[in-house]
This record gives sequence, C-alpha cells and structure tokens, in this order.
Amino acid sequence: MELTSQLANQSFPTLPTYDFAASLEQTEAQSAVRQTVGNPFLDNPRMTCRDVAVFYGEKQAIRHINIDVGCNEVLAMIGPSGCGKSTLLRCLNRMNDTVPGCRVEGEIRLDGENIYDPSVDVVPLRARVGMVFQKPNPFPKSIFDNVAYGPKIHGFTTDKAELADIVETSLIKAGLWEEVKDRLQEPGTGLSGGQQQRLCIARAIAVSPEVILMDEPCSALDPIATAKIEELIAELREQFSIVIVTHAMQQASRVSQRTAYFHLGDLIEVGPTERIFTNPRHRLTEDYITGRFG
Amino acid sequence: MIYSYLPFIILLLGACAYFIGSAKAVAVSGGSGGIRSLHSLPSHYGALTALCCVLPALMVYALWQIAEPMVLTSMIKKGLPAAMLQLSANEFSLVLNDIRNAVAGNSLSGSGDTVILAAAQRYMALQATAGKIASAVILVMMIAAVLIMYSRIHIHLRARNIVEGLIRISIILCSAVAIFTTIGIVLSVLFEAIRFFKIIPLQDFLLGLDWSPQTAIRTDQVGSSGAFGAVPIFVGTILIALIAMVVAIPIGLLSAIYLSEYAHPRFREIAKPLLEILAGIPTVVYGFFAALTVAPFIRDIGTSLHLEVSSESALAAGLVMGVMIIPFVSSLSEDVLHAVPQSLRDGSLALGATQYETVKNVVVPAALPGIVGGILLAVSRAIGETMIVVMAAGLSANLTFNPLKTVTTVTVQIVTLLVGDQEFDSPKTLAAFALGLILFFFTLCLNIIAIRVVQKYREQYE
Repeated sequence: MELTSQLANQSFPTLPTYDFAASLEQTEAQSAVRQTVGNPFLDNPRMTCRDVAVFYGEKQAIRHINIDVGCNEVLAMIGPSGCGKSTLLRCLNRMNDTVPGCRVEGEIRLDGENIYDPSVDVVPLRARVGMVFQKPNPFPKSIFDNVAYGPKIHGFTTDKAELADIVETSLIKAGLWEEVKDRLQEPGTGLSGGQQQRLCIARAIAVSPEVILMDEPCSALDPIATAKIEELIAELREQFSIVIVTHAMQQASRVSQRTAYFHLGDLIEVGPTERIFTNPRHRLTEDYITGRFG
Repeated sequence: MIYSYLPFIILLLGACAYFIGSAKAVAVSGGSGGIRSLHSLPSHYGALTALCCVLPALMVYALWQIAEPMVLTSMIKKGLPAAMLQLSANEFSLVLNDIRNAVAGNSLSGSGDTVILAAAQRYMALQATAGKIASAVILVMMIAAVLIMYSRIHIHLRARNIVEGLIRISIILCSAVAIFTTIGIVLSVLFEAIRFFKIIPLQDFLLGLDWSPQTAIRTDQVGSSGAFGAVPIFVGTILIALIAMVVAIPIGLLSAIYLSEYAHPRFREIAKPLLEILAGIPTVVYGFFAALTVAPFIRDIGTSLHLEVSSESALAAGLVMGVMIIPFVSSLSEDVLHAVPQSLRDGSLALGATQYETVKNVVVPAALPGIVGGILLAVSRAIGETMIVVMAAGLSANLTFNPLKTVTTVTVQIVTLLVGDQEFDSPKTLAAFALGLILFFFTLCLNIIAIRVVQKYREQYE
C-alpha cells in the first residue's frame, strides 16, 4: 500500500509528458486522410503509387498513399510495427495476391503500366520486381540451383554455359562468388545466415529485375553480415531501384537516399534521408526517430 | 463368503488407508508449523500408506489364486483310495477332472461315483477353510501395514520420493508388457518357422517356383506331394502391391497437393477428415466391393475386348487395395507438404514462378523425404493387407505378372493354410509361420526405412 502510493506521487523526470493516444485521436479527428509532409513525387519515377489503399478483409491496413520510387535510388520505409510499410512493399510486386482477403485499391504503375490492371500477368511482373525477405529463405537445393532457379523458370536460356554465366555474374554482384565458387553444388541451406541472405539477393538479381524490394533484409543477421549487405545495397543501387523496409533507423540513414515514414497506415513524411533524420518536419516523425516510441 | 469379495475389500481398505495416512501427516505437521514443515504433501503420505497396505495384499491374493488348486489337489490325493492312486497318469488326471467338475457343479462324465463325490465335497470344504484363512491373513497383513505406516509417518519421511518411485516402476512394468508381448509373438512365429525349415530347406522355400502345399495325410493318398516354393506367392504379393501403388501414389499425392497448396483453407478443413474416413472403412467391406463389383466389371470389360480375364484377378484386388491406401498416402503427404515453410513458397513466387512451378520445383522436393516415408508406410500396409485379397485375388499360386490372371498373396496363403482341420506339425501348417515370418521381416524393414526417412525430414525444419 505504502509503496504504490509512493510510486503514484513520484514524478519521473526522464519521461516526456507526451500523450501519444491523445495526439492520435486529435489528428484522426482532424481528417480521415493525413496530408503527407514533404514531396512524395519525382520527375522520372520507376514506380508510382497513387491513392493506394489496402484492406485485409474489413480492416484497412494502409490509407490513400502517394509515393514514387525513383530510378537508381534506395528508398527506405520506416515506421513502428503495424504501420503498413511491409504491406505497401508487398503491393509493389503483388505478393499480397497470395494473402486471402487482401484487397488493393488505387493505382501502382511500373514504367507507366498499371500493375493491378486485369490484363497484367503477375509472373513477368515479379520477374521485373524482385523481392528479398526478412528471413533468408534459400530453397533446399544446391547453391547453383538456387540462383539458376529464376532464369530456368523464365526460360532465359537453355544453354548450360550461358546459365553458368548468369549464375556466376549474379553471385559476383551479390558479393558471394569468392566464398562459394568452389562449392556450388553444396546445399544453399548449409551457408551461414548472412551468406544465405546474399544468396537470396543473388537469386533475385539473376532474373535481372528493375526494382528489388527488401523486407527487413538484415533483421535476422549479425552486425558483420548486416554491414556486408548494406555495402551490397549501395553497389546494387547503380543498376536497380531498391525499396527497403527496415526497423533500424541507423540502417535507413546509411543506405538510403530518400526515407518515408509511415504511421498507422498513413504516409506521414517523405523526403531526402539526410533531411528526415536531421530536420524532421512532422512531430510523429521526430518522435519516432528520436526514439520516443515505436 | 468373505473370500469372494476380497479384491473389493482390499481396495476399500486401501482407500481408508489413504485417508488415515494423510490425516496422520496433517496431524504430525500441526505441532511443528503447519503443512509446509512436511517433507511431502499429505496426499503423498496417504498414497504411500495405501500402497504399502494394498500392494502386498494383492500380491498374496494373486499368489493364492494361482497356488490354491495345486495345494488343494495334492491334499485331496491323500484321501483317495489306493486303487485310484495306482492308475496311470492319464487316467488319474481324468479322475481329478471329474472331481473338479463335481466341484464346479457340472454333471459327471461317468455315473455318480461316490468316491469322486466324496472327494469333491472334501475339496469344497477345504476350499472354504482355505479361503477363510487366506482372507484372515490378508486382512491382518493390511491392518498391520496401516499401523506400521501410521507409526512411521513423521515430517521427515520422504513419502513423495517413494511414491514417485513406485509409480515409475509400475509405468515401466506396463510398457514392459507391451514390449514382451511383441517379442513373444515374434519368437512364437520364429520357432514354428524354424520347425518348418527343418523339414523344408530354406533355399527350396525361398527359391522354389512351385507352390502346392497339400500334403498327403494318409500314405496312400494321390496328388498331394506338397511343394513349398514361395516365389509365386511373393510375385503375386508384389504384383498386387504394385497395382495398388500405381493407383494410390498419383491419386493420393495429387489430392494431397490440391488440399495443401490449392484448396481454400475451409475446404481443406472439411475435405481432409472426409478423406481420412476412407481409412476407417473395414477392409472386409472393401473386399465385398472388390469381389462383387470391381472383379466382374473388369471381367466384363476384358471379355468385350476378347481378353482372357479370370473372375478373380490381381487387377481387381490391386485396384481396390489402391483405393484403400489412398488416405494413407494423401494424409501423410498433406502433412509434410503443409509443413514446408511458407517462406519457401514466397521466395519462389517472388521470383515470378507460377503456382505449379512453385509446387513442382520447391514445395514437393522440399517435402519429398516425408512423402517417400508416407508411401513406404502405405506399401507395408498394402503388403500386409489380407481381407481384400482373400476375397478378390484368388487362391491359386500362379507365377505370372499378368494382372488379369488369378494370383495369390502371402497373407491369403497363411489364411488358407490355417483354416479348417489341420495337424499342427505338418509342413503345410508350419509353412504359414514361415510365410508370416518373411512377411513380418519385410514389412519391418519397410517401416524402419520409412521411419528413418521421415525422421531425417523432420530434422531439416526443426
């Protein structure tokens, strides 16, 4: 009894007097759709999202989002868990199609073509927009077959030497060639976690996509493997557009050119990474990147 | 009287002992700081008291149940007339049987012999006295046990450890029963088979091409030479199992793939149990179906195509057996397919693979060891299956791979060899044990391989 009353009377100077729930109600009351701070549009975009809303059954996961993905840039999507950043990412190559009850509204264009148009086939779309997942997921096949999988199913080549060439180039680009060139026939699942993730990146590169989506690609890796992947992302930017979802704000600031901050299904703020991290304009962005919540 | 209710009385006293023990434990703990000062819970003390009281009593009771007839019979023998004691062993056992029958109240085999009736009355009197003595001994033992335990219970008695130990021992005994029964079955088959192989050499049995197990009972009988070459039987078994596999593997595997990869989850929840119901249909029902529907159907089709089809064909039996094992293949395969991580499917789909390419190139190869394990289990089930083949496949041991002919299987032959009046030391009946041994060995190997394969698969994802 005494102890609890002491606790109740004690003030905690280290905690901010910020009432998160109240601010949320207030902003939601102001408008159903929050205005994005910063300019989400680009002059020469690779992909464009216009008024994109995603529903899982009755529940709305993201609301009316506009954002562009530029050529040869790394766009980082950050935000607290459940903010809809992974949902948006999975819309970009229609991986959400496999989720029962998922419905996408609005328009997502890749090189001007609406990827949700009924006439669009997801198979070539996913070859153009590759994806790397949170947990490394090499197939239980040899290292060679893991990388050769995409080119084979898309019929890029029937020539063995040419296929070997594609595999080698992809592994070199993924920075894995030197480590595995003598054991290409060993199972991909036998590699270390970081190597497995680079194998998955090589697998995605092998089908020569235009955009690579990365869903928290380093969250299952140790710092050294993470550093290698980040280095790799910087190199890959020269050839591909990359969209990366990450929980590590340090990582976002290291690898990306632009950063988008999501909050409860809304795109709150988007802008050049440096500006977002040094001078955020929206209070929610500031609270998140300074570590007050999330 | 009390003797016939003794088991109930023992259990009742045991229950009392439980309450006495736990009450005493609570009582001794009262003086020294409550139940917490006890080494174990009061229920442990109660259980210990009850066990100490009941277990020895039950043991004595069981021993007496076994020993009573022997002891009483030997006592009765002394009172019988000298003339009877000089009878031969066989005749004397008949006399004892008469006495026992008289005791049980059945009519006597001969005329009411006064000597036997007198002996039976003496037997009953002895039995009553012995029952009273045994009851008294057991009850005294139990009460003594409760009293001893009652005086022994104090706060430092490690009742919990003792009770846990006793429970452990009883559990080990129960599992030992299962293991020793299995060993007993194997050994009984093995010894009979060895007797068979003393008459018919092993190589003749395993490599002989002719099977006609009718042996002559009388020496002047004709046409019953007895040939024990098991190859036609093994070939028949393998032929039927192969046909069953040809039916079950594609249908079972593809329905598993449909349920796991394509079907709506709600459909899967309904369809999978329905498919498993197929496994619950008694095989004798499948047998009817094979013999009365499928076999005539195949014969009719065959005759319309001018093929020679016997009315009992390997094809009919194999087809129906295949239907029977579909649920094994599909249910086990569906489980392993479902266990393939979703991340692998996502990885493949994200590379632009179609659903079928994903299933063919990623999901099925990842699940393959488990699928193979499931199929091997189904095969061993098919080989050991009896009823369908008895009813639909026929009895004549033809050495043929033609599925339209009559063939026979190991299990069918075992049944036919042992049905009817048989001498149990002729090669004909002993051959059944030899066949059984080979069959057991074969399915055992298949099961071991299947379990190994499934285990290896499990290690991959856990």
